[in-house]
Amino acid sequence: MKMFSDSPGQTIAAGRALGKLMKPGSVVCLRGKLGAGKTHFAKGIALGLGIQEHITSPTFTIINEYEGRLPLYHVDAYRLDDGEAYELGLEEYLYGPGVTLIEWPERIEGLLPDEYLTVMIDYIETDSEARELQFLAGGPGYGTLVDKLAQTLTKELNTCVCSRD
Amino acid sequence: MKKIILGIETSCDETAAAVVADGRSIMSNIISSQIPVHQKFGGVVPEIASRKHVELISAVIQEALNEAGVTFRDISAIAATYGPGLVGALLVGVSAAKALAYTLELPLIGVNHIESHIYANFLANPALEFPMVCLVVSGGHTDLVYLTGHNNYELVGSTRDDAAGESFDKVARVIGLGYPGGPLIDKLAPEGNPQAIDFPRAYLEHGSLDFSFSGLKSSALNYVNKAVMKGEDINKADLAASFQQAVVDVLVDKTIAAGKRYNVKTVLLAGGVASNTRLRQELTRKAADLGLRVEYPPPVLCTDNAAMVACAGYHKYISGRFAPLTLNAVPGLKLGVEKY
Repeated sequence: MKMFSDSPGQTIAAGRALGKLMKPGSVVCLRGKLGAGKTHFAKGIALGLGIQEHITSPTFTIINEYEGRLPLYHVDAYRLDDGEAYELGLEEYLYGPGVTLIEWPERIEGLLPDEYLTVMIDYIETDSEARELQFLAGGPGYGTLVDKLAQTLTKELNTCVCSRD
Repeated sequence: MKKIILGIETSCDETAAAVVADGRSIMSNIISSQIPVHQKFGGVVPEIASRKHVELISAVIQEALNEAGVTFRDISAIAATYGPGLVGALLVGVSAAKALAYTLELPLIGVNHIESHIYANFLANPALEFPMVCLVVSGGHTDLVYLTGHNNYELVGSTRDDAAGESFDKVARVIGLGYPGGPLIDKLAPEGNPQAIDFPRAYLEHGSLDFSFSGLKSSALNYVNKAVMKGEDINKADLAASFQQAVVDVLVDKTIAAGKRYNVKTVLLAGGVASNTRLRQELTRKAADLGLRVEYPPPVLCTDNAAMVACAGYHKYISGRFAPLTLNAVPGLKLGVEKY
């Protein structure tokens, strides 16, 4: 499923819609280049989980934890590899009661669970504000989630185009 | 009699222990990455490895005692960082401190990581007078703190997205300078023109002491991407200088604004980015125009270390602020809040 976001505000709104659908143990892998808007999307997920705090970047701290409707574990794996993520005890978050959001998941491919949702955020060359967001379900549970999200996005974010593929 | 505090710091990458007397004389300051202690374990310590803290902690504490020429019998209290940081990493230092406090029957002191960065200033300069404003700026934090006395502070501004040091790292990454980006940009910037590229400065709402560096980061990345698409060469020194200037302008202006608002005579810098040459120069220059004094610790006390933990611990010790043995790691610990 794809959507087009014309602003950071809309990227946040999309994240918020996803945050509302998250369940205990949900894992979201967030892919995109530096500056694509991964932190904006993360802010949205936090809003959807009812988290009041500002979501700040976890690049340096690796994992930021927040309390909301469900706990949110915001991970930036850029500085990690599989071994280091294991040393860090990352699997305790992945199989815990909260929602785990992972930026740069490609760094820790070997530690990811069997099922997760991937969100890819890409630049659009013609417009420095606009982005293409792609939601890829890794596993049947996430397939249902993506269907529900598509419905919400079509209903709520009427300026963007959502398409199933 | 001298009060000797053993400080322990494991909030992130570093396993560190230090012995400090009376909150000002550093008898030892051991940081695992800087000593060959890990050679005992037959390998390179990965940059990030919480579970490695477990292997290193005892040796680092022993090294701190040895270098200080003291034994556990000389220690008056044990102080450890209990947040904010990585829970797995923090737990190692907290557990070690609790075990020592329990077996040696010594007071246990819980220290906030941001607070300890501020206290690095008291190690460098014990004669500081309250009230003060401190900018704590590092790879993970950008906080403005108003200090009215020991153990008495208020967070008056902080970043809403990226930390200042992190934006340095990310821009350095994109132009291929390497890691960590802060010192590399600092080094390259004097060769460039700080006015070459007009990067945005985010001041947020009128009167806000909060920061935002995400827009500046995106702007710098867009600049690089556009140049790459057009097949143009980038002048890295100009980019480094202009980017650094944009960060420094906002940090300096907000710090001075906080200094004026709270009517202080001294402003402090703390944290890894407090070593940035341009930040030190500009803040000192602009503060001098207003009669404000600027102080900052030497670089070795700006990065994560345990001497600053022992110093902060000393000031809690003399006011009797001890933690119970139920002290736990608090990864999201806020400044000015004791969670035990």
